[in-house]
Amino acid sequence: MSVPKLTSAQVAWRAAQDIEDGAYVNLGIGLPELVARFQPEGRQAVFHTENGVLGFGEAPATGEEDWDLINAGKKAITLKPGASFFHHADSFAMVRGGHLDVAILGAYQVAQNGDLANWRVGSKGVPAVGGAMDLVHGAKRVAVVTDHVTKDGKPKLVEECTFPLTGKECIGRVYTSLAVIDVVDGRFVLREKLPEITLEDLQSLTGAGLATPDHVGDLVAPDLS
Amino acid sequence: MDKTVSSPEQAVAGIENGAVLMIGGFGGSGAPVELIHALVGRYVATGSPTDLTVVNNNAGNGRVGIAAMIDAGMVAKMVCSFPRSSDPRAFTEKYLADEIGLELVPQGTLAERIRAAGAGIPAFYTPTSYGTELAEGKPVAEFDGKKYVQERWLQADVAIIKAELADTHGNLTYRHAARNFSPLMCMAAGVSIVQARKVVAPGEIDPEHVVTPGIFVDAVLEVPKPLQEEELIRSGEAY
Repeated sequence: MSVPKLTSAQVAWRAAQDIEDGAYVNLGIGLPELVARFQPEGRQAVFHTENGVLGFGEAPATGEEDWDLINAGKKAITLKPGASFFHHADSFAMVRGGHLDVAILGAYQVAQNGDLANWRVGSKGVPAVGGAMDLVHGAKRVAVVTDHVTKDGKPKLVEECTFPLTGKECIGRVYTSLAVIDVVDGRFVLREKLPEITLEDLQSLTGAGLATPDHVGDLVAPDLS
Repeated sequence: MDKTVSSPEQAVAGIENGAVLMIGGFGGSGAPVELIHALVGRYVATGSPTDLTVVNNNAGNGRVGIAAMIDAGMVAKMVCSFPRSSDPRAFTEKYLADEIGLELVPQGTLAERIRAAGAGIPAFYTPTSYGTELAEGKPVAEFDGKKYVQERWLQADVAIIKAELADTHGNLTYRHAARNFSPLMCMAAGVSIVQARKVVAPGEIDPEHVVTPGIFVDAVLEVPKPLQEEELIRSGEAY
């Protein structure tokens, strides 16, 4: 089945629309990082990185990097006015103490009860967890940005995660390439979907039941290519 | 009261076989490269110290720093949150060959375990890792209707740290994001050994600006133009 879908940038754009002015935000490595590019006009979020910086901005120009000034993905960053440095225990007090407003993460699987699997897919290789298990329990709002299905077409939204868990019942909202879906009382509730896709097709690409309230919005993102 | 030492070799001379060693840094930022390489040099020359447990966020990158320690064969076990990097050969090869141990710890839990040791708190509860494989075997308790995992403090024999400024009493400042785990490690280790870009007289660091108070520091070495690990890796350097 060939279905229309949002690009990664468009998924990130949609997630950015829900970040309020003045929010303190942590973005996971990879697709979530794109969210920072699409802050709506007139709003300013303050970005947090686990390794001890609040208020960082874009990457510096090539050749201008200062490798003592990096983010959790080990990429060079710049500072915005009002930035601050702090040690790792303070950084994770911001996370685990419930001070962060929003954390946006990637996912291998999200279950209908809000369980997240995003750190390893099996028992082979070198396991690495970083700060994901901390972030899912700290931020006031924890959301996922992801393709709706895996590269080989399998659902990433499932009844129960089969990959090792990052956290239990921690995800509130999922922004996918096809839909915006909330986790409410142990089930997926559809909030928005691409107008081009039918409910039946969306359900067939989703590994758990989708509750559809009376009003389901159109998921429309600007052309960002 | 003067805590200065005169060479990297002198600074790391007391580290013993089997020690638990905390090494500051997150990736290349804050990695005390000169102290690490002095330790590798001592091992290559004398066979000691070996059988080390190393605590760091990562498990080395490229062929320098902690990766050089692993390559040399002096590390028995890593305690870290993210043993991957742009060039993780050193750890990955030994891990897959079952020649090095790994205790994988969520990053915030790692920081808090180190902080707890420094503060004399033997255990604490956190929601992090509850219901995951990293919580297996750990006590769980419920507080106000929510489940928490018990985590133990993480103590060390020695910490080796990179600072920006130090005074001779061991008061420290750090540079940018190179601070990361270092202030916590200075608190958690029995002996904290610091390399600083500049060592100044007491009073030359404004007390308002001290990040790590000297009570947590035992030895200070001036390394005026410290190597930056990320730059070494990007230029393909090997120890």
